[in-house]
Amino acid sequence: MSNASDQEHPLHEAVIEEGPGRKPRGRKRARRLARKAASMPVVPAIGEPQESRAVEGPLQPPTAAGGLVGVLQRRWLLQLLVRREMAKRYSGSFLGLLWSYIQPAIRFGVYYVVVLGLIRKSQSVPEFALHLFCGIVFTHYFAETVSGGTRSIWANRSLVDRTSLPREAFPIASMLTAALHTFPQLVLLMLVCVLVGWQTDLVGIVSGVLGLAIVVIFSTAVALFFSAVNVYYRDFQNIVGTLTQFMHFMVPMMYPVTRVMAVSHSHPLIYQLYMANPIAEAVVLLQRFFWFGSIQANGERNPSTAFPPGMLERGAITLVACLILLWFAQQAFTRLEVKFAEHL
Amino acid sequence: MAESIVVDQVSKVFTMHYHRTLKQKAVASLRRLPLNETFKALSDVSFTVEQGESIGLMGLNGSGKSTLLKLINGVMRPDTGSVLARGRIAGLIAKGAGFHSQLTGRENLYLNAAIMGLSEAETDAKFDEIVEFADIGRFLDVPVSHYSSGMFSRLGFSIAVHVDADVFLADEVLAVGDRPFKKKCLVKMQEIRQQGTTIFYVSHAAASVRSMCDRVLVLENGRLGFDGDVAEGIRYLHYDDDVESDDEESLEDEELGADI
Ligand SMILES: Nc1ncnc2c1ncn2[C@@H]1O[C@H](COP(=O)(O)OP(=O)(O)OP(=O)(O)O)[C@@H](O)[C@H]1O
Ligand SMILES: [Mg+2]
Repeated sequence: MSNASDQEHPLHEAVIEEGPGRKPRGRKRARRLARKAASMPVVPAIGEPQESRAVEGPLQPPTAAGGLVGVLQRRWLLQLLVRREMAKRYSGSFLGLLWSYIQPAIRFGVYYVVVLGLIRKSQSVPEFALHLFCGIVFTHYFAETVSGGTRSIWANRSLVDRTSLPREAFPIASMLTAALHTFPQLVLLMLVCVLVGWQTDLVGIVSGVLGLAIVVIFSTAVALFFSAVNVYYRDFQNIVGTLTQFMHFMVPMMYPVTRVMAVSHSHPLIYQLYMANPIAEAVVLLQRFFWFGSIQANGERNPSTAFPPGMLERGAITLVACLILLWFAQQAFTRLEVKFAEHL
Repeated sequence: MAESIVVDQVSKVFTMHYHRTLKQKAVASLRRLPLNETFKALSDVSFTVEQGESIGLMGLNGSGKSTLLKLINGVMRPDTGSVLARGRIAGLIAKGAGFHSQLTGRENLYLNAAIMGLSEAETDAKFDEIVEFADIGRFLDVPVSHYSSGMFSRLGFSIAVHVDADVFLADEVLAVGDRPFKKKCLVKMQEIRQQGTTIFYVSHAAASVRSMCDRVLVLENGRLGFDGDVAEGIRYLHYDDDVESDDEESLEDEELGADI
């Protein structure tokens, strides 16, 4: 470049005054200025010698590694993603966050009226409202995690194809968001239980812990896997709605689990299939903790207050199966993730 | 000096999908239309960059520059070969930061910084500097979907350049900025260059590359056509016409100076 532009202060801008008597070569100047505006400015290097920058750390692939474990260590990032998810969900809606309570409340009302008012058969279930509410809280958590998780990567595509953050962060953030939404419901459930006179025993506590762990791990595994598949087949997010709707009828909340146990002799296959559903198994365990804990005190017993034989053993096996499932989901995710950026 | 980036025999193949839904796929396969075609965006690219080098990445549209930067940034993985990098990588690829349109500028700032590995405290410490440099005024608390494209890239550039990265990627970031901002960015880039940051600068402007870089890589249809000296690289590209017009321009600048 010429000396003139080298000596210029880098931030210096020429000011061109337009005044009378400047007509000659005006067109040429305009053309020149237009070209100058379109071209890249030239900024000379800083005269001083370059400092050497010591970068510690090894040479490594720049793609984010670590999978689920790596994601869970990045707390601050997850926190921001969860906040983002919350903000996005209710942006521009009047009732905002309240919607995550209105929906389950309405569902509770409808199911309660339908089951008690119209079908009437379940009247024999003591504290039926608690029985129903307990089921709704956990199926709601499952539905929120899976539907939010399935959409999560697609919904965050502007981040996925520009940045290298671990992609597992999105379904995990959906899962945490669902947990945050469900938590007040859980508190309410516990509160009602205590008011009714809840007490527990060792079996109850083990059931509660097992049930909660199964719900969380199974939901996470499904969300993780579906989020990846949904990038390739967007039809998935539509299937998921039906699946989660279906789940309301596939867990013992509108009817006692004894109804299902009743068919175990006549149709053992149906019984085994029903109980193979980790969410059904988890809800049975959680009913044992919340609902049964509430009726335990008043000694109110009838045929509907029984639980399947070998419930805890089955719960432990289901938990292990869910952990294996989560491992498989992570493997599948890692495989599918490779081509995310170009599919979005 | 240590190696900053090692790209070893990297190839990247894209599959172009023509039919998205299952139904469309079924119809297409009944009619025996191709379901997808592959396209080799990068083939067998190898080079090594030392910490502190400033690389001008040049080539025609579609030659694979953005793809190469996406591999270096870790957005994509190479199909064959390997990409290794050292330290924190920041930058803007293919005109646009990873912003989420529903979030405000402020929220995007924090999210972006967190993605690049900054903690809350580190971001807080740099916040004022970033906002001042971006100079988007009241729009900081407006969702970025309401930003002009210039404001979008101002904020993106400002974040990327202030996170104290070891490798800085600038892929046509400045294309939509106005002239004063372009200049401000280039000054800032010279500054981080002097501090020893590895820089990748994608630009079609020969003069700008000449002042910013000490080495040029030229991509031609996904192959590394040239790797070496800046002046030679620009000659290799036949941007000589540009060189002439630059001279002309600087002549005119002098003229202009005399005129005013
Ligand atoms: N996700 C994708 N799927 C299919 N093809 C892609 C994808 N991304 C890029 N390509 C193709 O790869 C080639 C290289 O693209 P790239 O964006 O790297 O070019 P570039 O050198 O940055 O061009 P420009 O100068 O226009 O920015 C192009 O032909 C483009 O169509
Ligand atoms: Mg490009």
